[in-house]
Amino acid sequence: MNFTIGTLLAFSFAASLIAVAALIWAISTQQFKITESDARAVFDEGEGGKLDDPTSSHSDRSPSAQQPGMSGEWRRLLIVMFVTSTAWLVFGSVFGVIASLKLHIPDWLTGSAPLTFGRMRTLHLNSVIYGFLSLGGVGTAFWLVPTLFKVSLQKVRFAMSGAVVWNLALLAGVVVIAMGWNDGQEWLEIPWQIDIFLAVGGACFAIPLLYTTAARRVNHIYVTGWYYMAALFWFPALFILANLPGVHSGAQQATANWWFAHNVLGLWLTPLGLGAAYYFIPKIIGKPIYSYRLSLLGFWALALFYSQVGMHHLIGGPVPTWVVSLSVVQSVMMVISVIAVAINQHTLSLGNLWAWKESLPLRFVALGAIMYTLASLQGSLEAVRAFNTVTHFTHYTVAHAHLGVYGFVAMVLFGGIYYMLPRITGRAWPMPWAISLHFWLVVAGFAIYFIALTIGGWLQGMAMLDASRDWLESMEVTIPYLAGRSLGGTLMTIGHLVFAANLAVLFLGRTRRFVEDAGDTDASVATPRSGA
Amino acid sequence: MNRALPLIVVTLALLALATLFLVAGPAMQIRTIDAPEGLEPYTQAQLNGRAEYISQGCVYCHSQQPRSPEQAPDGLRGWGRPSTPADYVYDQPHLLGTMRTGPDLLNVGARLPSQAWHLTHLYQPRAIVPQSIMPAYPYLFEAKVQAAEDDVVVPVPARYRPEGKFIVARQAALDLVDYLLSLDRTYPAERVDLRDNGFAAKEES
Ligand code: HEM
Ligand code: HEM
Ligand SMILES: [Fe+2]
Repeated sequence: MNFTIGTLLAFSFAASLIAVAALIWAISTQQFKITESDARAVFDEGEGGKLDDPTSSHSDRSPSAQQPGMSGEWRRLLIVMFVTSTAWLVFGSVFGVIASLKLHIPDWLTGSAPLTFGRMRTLHLNSVIYGFLSLGGVGTAFWLVPTLFKVSLQKVRFAMSGAVVWNLALLAGVVVIAMGWNDGQEWLEIPWQIDIFLAVGGACFAIPLLYTTAARRVNHIYVTGWYYMAALFWFPALFILANLPGVHSGAQQATANWWFAHNVLGLWLTPLGLGAAYYFIPKIIGKPIYSYRLSLLGFWALALFYSQVGMHHLIGGPVPTWVVSLSVVQSVMMVISVIAVAINQHTLSLGNLWAWKESLPLRFVALGAIMYTLASLQGSLEAVRAFNTVTHFTHYTVAHAHLGVYGFVAMVLFGGIYYMLPRITGRAWPMPWAISLHFWLVVAGFAIYFIALTIGGWLQGMAMLDASRDWLESMEVTIPYLAGRSLGGTLMTIGHLVFAANLAVLFLGRTRRFVEDAGDTDASVATPRSGA
Repeated sequence: MNRALPLIVVTLALLALATLFLVAGPAMQIRTIDAPEGLEPYTQAQLNGRAEYISQGCVYCHSQQPRSPEQAPDGLRGWGRPSTPADYVYDQPHLLGTMRTGPDLLNVGARLPSQAWHLTHLYQPRAIVPQSIMPAYPYLFEAKVQAAEDDVVVPVPARYRPEGKFIVARQAALDLVDYLLSLDRTYPAERVDLRDNGFAAKEES
């Protein structure tokens, strides 16, 4: 057995190296039909070369530019996606703050089961992951994919049914979890009977994007499209296999659990976030990304390595050595993909610091992209056995988790929504000052959250490894840091309320409509600055 | 990259490869093993208690997977020997957990074998461990002026319960404690080769 397993591991490692080498060869010898000029696919004819941001008074492109030719039903779909996404954000954040407070005020709200820590935390996770981030991410795809392909969204009705089914199923899911019915595995708590509806909703999301791709009026599929298309097929496959009732059990089920949970992050939320960042950063700045060929390496290395890293959640556990080692190796290999994306996105955003000053959406997105790099490099380190021994069972992991899902994915979504909604509705944000308030609240709040838990988690891990100290010390040492997290989390939540209020006024209040199409013609004759 | 279909096919194939490694491979090794002689299947009451453990979300703070002495002093803390896949053959769903806001519980039945201790601790953890941050679960109990014949009265210190009342365990609390007391993997380890020996493996392989 040892021989065959060792061989398998060596084989997979060698195969990965060969695959990367082959990929690099293919890219450098231009086997893929892409050229650097394809990177300009984010710009319309003659566009680019200047700031494009409907929230900024410095934007050269007319702020009026509501997407031309948007159908009413497509617009309604996007509004439903973003409004429900934001509602899940608000609920999810409130659950998060309650869960956080309960960890240092344990006798608060102990009177009823739905309010206990275990349930609040589960409501928090499911609301923010399957509600806020998934709906927001797919909503962004519903705008970006047709926009890039220069057609309108096809089969909008499917998408709309998907939005309704997904929201109702998730609502049912969180209600039953609050009542005490859940499937018992982390990230898979929603009962499988309800998951069926989520799977149906997810399929309704994938179909319109396929049709839109088929109907596209451009030949080349921009990198954003690669991530979105892969993710929309990965997720249903993962979700269905992991939720099949009665198939998995015991320690084996733990491998399926973490294969799924990691891939929700790596093959669902990460591509949704990266796809959006690959569009908004060049679009807003008005210059293409640094190296379009490099984005191929980033994408394929993610598909190859990130799908195999799930067992880094079970290091030192009751699962075979070879599968853990495989995941550790591939976690470190992920550095290749992460650096490729980083070079592409950060050289552009950091080389244009003027745009950070002038565009709040860019600030959100570009900062989020930087958080992706940091979260991933941190993750590769956390997967190393010696490091994981300290951090595995501690709040350090929770800090990393929020650096990824919040610092990266949520921040990219916020920026994207600020950019997209004026284009979708033809209305300006009613309270522009609130965008900046939102930004600083969540940046400050998150900094406190992350720093507190990183320090507290590390101390917790060190105490737990020290046999001369009572285990209780490892718990006591975290308490001031848990309180710090509550403070940071509260600031973040206030930021989310500010965001939601801005959104509410945009739809419900009497807001300024942009002047009809002023200046659009100017923009189209302007010559783009050459080079980048 | 101008075509969607090849992209979708290749990315799904890569996911299939990963699934083969991470899900199918371990399943072939683990799912065929026998239950250890020292491990009893759960009784109905213990299964009910396990469902309560899941429903209350205990897993978010408690792991059930002691690490090896080469990696960490889990054994010295009384949490038990390193666990192997054989220890979990009756577990569905698995409850390995990834957090130790509280201690590991895989052998809590051996470490803390008193029903009264657990009932008191669930009613009010701070009655036993003053600095604990574990939630109290008073709703799994009833406060009664007069306990009935077959009531299990919990020995909660007077200052932690309503004046003049007894604390009586509801069925959910009794089942949950039944489950906790069943957590005892002190029999000899079986199929150690199937756990992660990456910290001990210097001489092996
Ligand atoms: C190269 C990239 C990355 C690697 C190698 C990596 C690795 C890891 C490792 C080793 C853990 C800790 C497991 C444990 O000790 O329990 C972890 C946890 C986590 N990571 Fe990452 N990470 C990466 C990027 C990301 C990104 C981009 C996100 C968000 C989109 C993310 C989200 C999370 C979450 C949510 C958890 C906590 C899971 C849980 O316990 O519920 N990670 N990651
Ligand atoms: C809206 C963006 C947010 C997202 C996407 C998010 C996501 C997550 C995820 C994925 C986890 C699981 C981490 C793990 O298992 O390692 C988690 C846990 C948690 N989050 Fe958040 N979170 C967000 C905001 C917040 C806020 C504002 C708070 C307030 C303090 C908060 C408090 C918590 C707490 C207390 C836990 C449980 C940690 C534990 O089990 O010890 N989160 N969150
Ligand atoms: Fe992971």
